[in-house]
Amino acid sequence: MTYALEISALEKTYGGVRALDGIDLQVEQGDFFALLGPNGAGKSTTLGIVSSLVNKTAGRVRIFGHDIDTELSAAKMHLGVVPQEFNFNQFEKVIDIVVTQAGYYGIPRGQALVNADALLHELGLWDKRDVPSRMLSGGMKRRLMIARALVHKPRLLILDEPTAGVDIELRRSMWGFLEAMNRQGTTIILTTHYLEEAEALCRNIAIIDKGRILQNTSKRALLRQLQVETFILDPDTPLAVAPVLAGFDVRCDADGHLEVDVPKGRPINTLFHELDKAGVQVNSMRTKANRLEELFVRLVESNSQTGGGQ
Amino acid sequence: MNRSALWTAFATIVIREIRRFTRIWPQTMVPPAVTMTLYFIIFGSLIGSRIGEMEGFDYMSFIVPGLIMMSVITNSYANVVSSFFSMKFQRSVEELLVSPVPNAVILAGYVAGGVARGIGVGLIVTLLSLAFTQLQIHNLPLMVLTVVLTAILFSLGGFINALLATKFDDISIVPTFVLTPLTYLGGVFYSIQLLPEFWQGVSMVNPILYMVNAFRFGILGISDVNVYLSLIMIFAFIVLLSAVALVMLGRGKGIRH
Repeated sequence: MTYALEISALEKTYGGVRALDGIDLQVEQGDFFALLGPNGAGKSTTLGIVSSLVNKTAGRVRIFGHDIDTELSAAKMHLGVVPQEFNFNQFEKVIDIVVTQAGYYGIPRGQALVNADALLHELGLWDKRDVPSRMLSGGMKRRLMIARALVHKPRLLILDEPTAGVDIELRRSMWGFLEAMNRQGTTIILTTHYLEEAEALCRNIAIIDKGRILQNTSKRALLRQLQVETFILDPDTPLAVAPVLAGFDVRCDADGHLEVDVPKGRPINTLFHELDKAGVQVNSMRTKANRLEELFVRLVESNSQTGGGQ
Repeated sequence: MNRSALWTAFATIVIREIRRFTRIWPQTMVPPAVTMTLYFIIFGSLIGSRIGEMEGFDYMSFIVPGLIMMSVITNSYANVVSSFFSMKFQRSVEELLVSPVPNAVILAGYVAGGVARGIGVGLIVTLLSLAFTQLQIHNLPLMVLTVVLTAILFSLGGFINALLATKFDDISIVPTFVLTPLTYLGGVFYSIQLLPEFWQGVSMVNPILYMVNAFRFGILGISDVNVYLSLIMIFAFIVLLSAVALVMLGRGKGIRH
């Protein structure tokens, strides 16, 4: 099977510092994939090598079967890149930035204008097409980079922190746009610090730390690793002391809410049974935190304690 | 990429470059016109009338080819070095690096942009010179060939400078400390026959002397050096600098980590 992206034994050394320590990664065609990791873990370096912005020290990278060492041009034709930082000419107009990028892929100007018009409409930038890019808001600049990355209709789209600094409404609309792109067949790889973003969008996730892949599996399998899930219950009357519920760890917060740890595999009905027995009436309940975040923190902390990548 | 796609990519870079220097024409096209007009007035008309003839031509006619060539050299170099370095500085060069455009096409596109500005400014200076003197054309093909090859050569120089530069200061060092002295000492304002024998010998190692003289031969039919040797030298330097630029691009010098 041809992977959208296949990385093997990828290494990168910056002046003696090992930034990537033998990365292996496969991303299937049509996947929505997240590459997660703390700052300096090697996410941007990995994606930089894939997009030819960083020279690798060793290893192989294939994009839709095309090796970047031997078929670089063919590999790049399939790739669209949305970098973390704004990297367009601040003095050029929005439409010129997108159309020029299409030209770099050999798309004639007439077709480039058609593609650019459609994307600018879709991303809500049509009204700004003749505005110099420096005049755009932060959110518009992010959308401009997405339009630019998609103008040649790539099969693999890489987004490095696509929603950093974007307000919630715009973030949600960008999620919708990316989900639609993915449904149409575009393979998407993203890095993000918003783990709820990865949890909401991605099917498969790799966690990288200190230049090594700690986990590379499906989101579902990753979340199954959580042994405990914490729920916050809003009792009818605020409680000062946590009730004793057999088989559950229960705490009381300052507002009189209950925090209950539910062990993995234990039916949640038993929690309500115990609450009934204790005479606690509950108005509402919610999960305490982003589940992926809990797991992420646990994995990275565990890697630090075992001295991974040293 | 097939041939048609390569051509589209090349044309895209060239159009983008031409659009850039024409958008900022008060910075790119007007200053050389003003400077050269001052040269024509001061050195040509005011001082030149007291100098008399140089190599059988009035002084104004003698310096016009050199001043046109000086404009072509400085503008072709400046266009590429400032454009490519500002792309590096703004990181918009990444637009090109992630795309499938081969390095040779990137280089050719930027060089063509530099040639376009160099020749554009050269034409403006030529038109201005007509207000001060009558231009005769001794050998049009030679004149055109020399000016195009020289613009290519200095565009390549500007490209290499931009790859090596890490800050804005670095893009003015070569024009200020290398190009300007070599141009002034390259026979723009005088014939090297006026120099003592030792300094004539020293002048012969200045490559700009050959370009200015080849161009002057194309216009006036006089030269201090062998014109064919000039063309061979320019061509050899083009091959050398193209190879250097392509190797640097291939290694990602100054543009990839």
